[in-house]
Amino acid sequence: MSQVGSPASAVMVPARRFDRRALIRRSEGLLLPSILVITWEAVVRAGLVSAHQLPPPTELMTTLVELAGNGMLVEHIAISSLRVLIGFLIGAGLAIAVGATVGLSRRAEALLDPTFQALRAIPSLAWVPLLLLWLGIDEAPKIVLIAIGAFFPVYLNFVAGIQNVDRKLVEVGGIYGLTGWRLIARIFLPAALPNLFTGLRTGLSLSWMFLVAAELIAASRGLGYLLTDGRETGRADLVIVAIIVLALLGKTSDSLLRWLEDRLLDWRDVVDSRSS
Amino acid sequence: MSHNLLNLAVAAKDFQALRVLKKVRFGIDSGEIVSLVGPSGCGKSTLLRIIAGLDTSYQGEVRIRDKPPHLHSRDVGLIFQEPRLLPWLTVAENVAFDVGRKGRNDPHVTRLLAEVGLSDFARAYPKQLSGGMAQRVAIARGLFTQPSLLLLDEPFSAVDAFTRRRLQDLLLSVAGHHGTTLLLVTHDVDEAVYLSDRVIVLADRPGRITGQVMVGAERPRDRRNPQLAKREAEVLTLLNDGTNQFFDLSYDLAAAPPRWPATRLSSLDFAI
Repeated sequence: MSQVGSPASAVMVPARRFDRRALIRRSEGLLLPSILVITWEAVVRAGLVSAHQLPPPTELMTTLVELAGNGMLVEHIAISSLRVLIGFLIGAGLAIAVGATVGLSRRAEALLDPTFQALRAIPSLAWVPLLLLWLGIDEAPKIVLIAIGAFFPVYLNFVAGIQNVDRKLVEVGGIYGLTGWRLIARIFLPAALPNLFTGLRTGLSLSWMFLVAAELIAASRGLGYLLTDGRETGRADLVIVAIIVLALLGKTSDSLLRWLEDRLLDWRDVVDSRSS
Repeated sequence: MSHNLLNLAVAAKDFQALRVLKKVRFGIDSGEIVSLVGPSGCGKSTLLRIIAGLDTSYQGEVRIRDKPPHLHSRDVGLIFQEPRLLPWLTVAENVAFDVGRKGRNDPHVTRLLAEVGLSDFARAYPKQLSGGMAQRVAIARGLFTQPSLLLLDEPFSAVDAFTRRRLQDLLLSVAGHHGTTLLLVTHDVDEAVYLSDRVIVLADRPGRITGQVMVGAERPRDRRNPQLAKREAEVLTLLNDGTNQFFDLSYDLAAAPPRWPATRLSSLDFAI
């Protein structure tokens, strides 16, 4: 068993130099997008591509400001985020409950897992017509579709996490007289937490994907609606603005989960891929 | 003969068709340090698991303070071959695992960590510890419940020789301080004799007791004490059925050809 030296060596680096390096590393990532945006603007201005097909970045800014000004953008973002939040919470919550049952009980695994594996094989968008038939075109089918999208990654990762818990750690729990729920809460769940977070992050990104699918099909509000609206009225700028906003929202929500993950899981003995 | 802490009489213990223990009978008095020594597969770890209450399928009778062994016993603590710290708990929380996270500020934890020399690591995670440090935390955790009998299953076999000696002395002083009785399983004869008052020697297939050696040297002991070397020799004699069991393979080697016959590429028939 070797000693982990990385925390010590990170401390040894003088703080200022470290900060500057980090800053450079961060700004490096902005290089390519900046070049693309400038080229984009130049190409459209030079008339090589029609501004109607590909609105230049400056025009997108105008559209964005205009949408933000009349409150429409906030409303679209709010309704979409709310749908994702509710759908994700329902899907992930059910997945955690079912996953814990299947992971901890062989009986439940034998009973339930084959069914869920079969359901997983259905491409999730194939549910759309059925959901529309059953639930109408209101909020319900959208939420359900998002929940289905969030369910499977969380379920699969959580079950795998629980089933891979080190038997030796379970035995430690046994020595201390832990059984039943106390054993689950103090050994199985913490040990499965890293896998659960992997599942939650995948589930969240799928939730955004399914939100767009749901809103493209039937919605009068939301970012997916903005996409449809832009297409129907021939406004590429609206479509692109919606895409950019969706990307930002997806990234922000993932960063939130990642922040939570780093806080809860800083005990993990893993190679920090970001340190070099 | 009855001992006041542990009385063990295992008539038989089977793993499927294999009999791993046969007529093993010994006892321990309070305050003793006893080692079980034997080749791998002689069932010494199984004995510990029986005493710890992890293994209940055996024929015979085991009594710890006149009660059968059971898990989470106030009387028995167990330290494994590996530290088995829970990686998501800090050092202090691991030591206080018995009472949960609220125990991390328990003065008893602070005291134990000071005794094993890890006061500065109370808030560290196991990933920040070396193998020897992690095993010290495991010792502190084993002592946290203040067991009368601490079982150790080859506790120092995973650390280097220097760390091992330091851990042995640490174990002796900490256990002495708490008045803890130790029952230690090891395959290291030197370790067994240095630590113990009494060494019980087991043979394998099936696991059975072949004898015991009373060490009797004064404590604190000097590792160079010739008396210890003599006791080691006695233990080795018991282990080897009284013979100088040197595995002489030279006849086999002489019978074998001196080297692999050289092969020439041209002598091979290639099917091309």
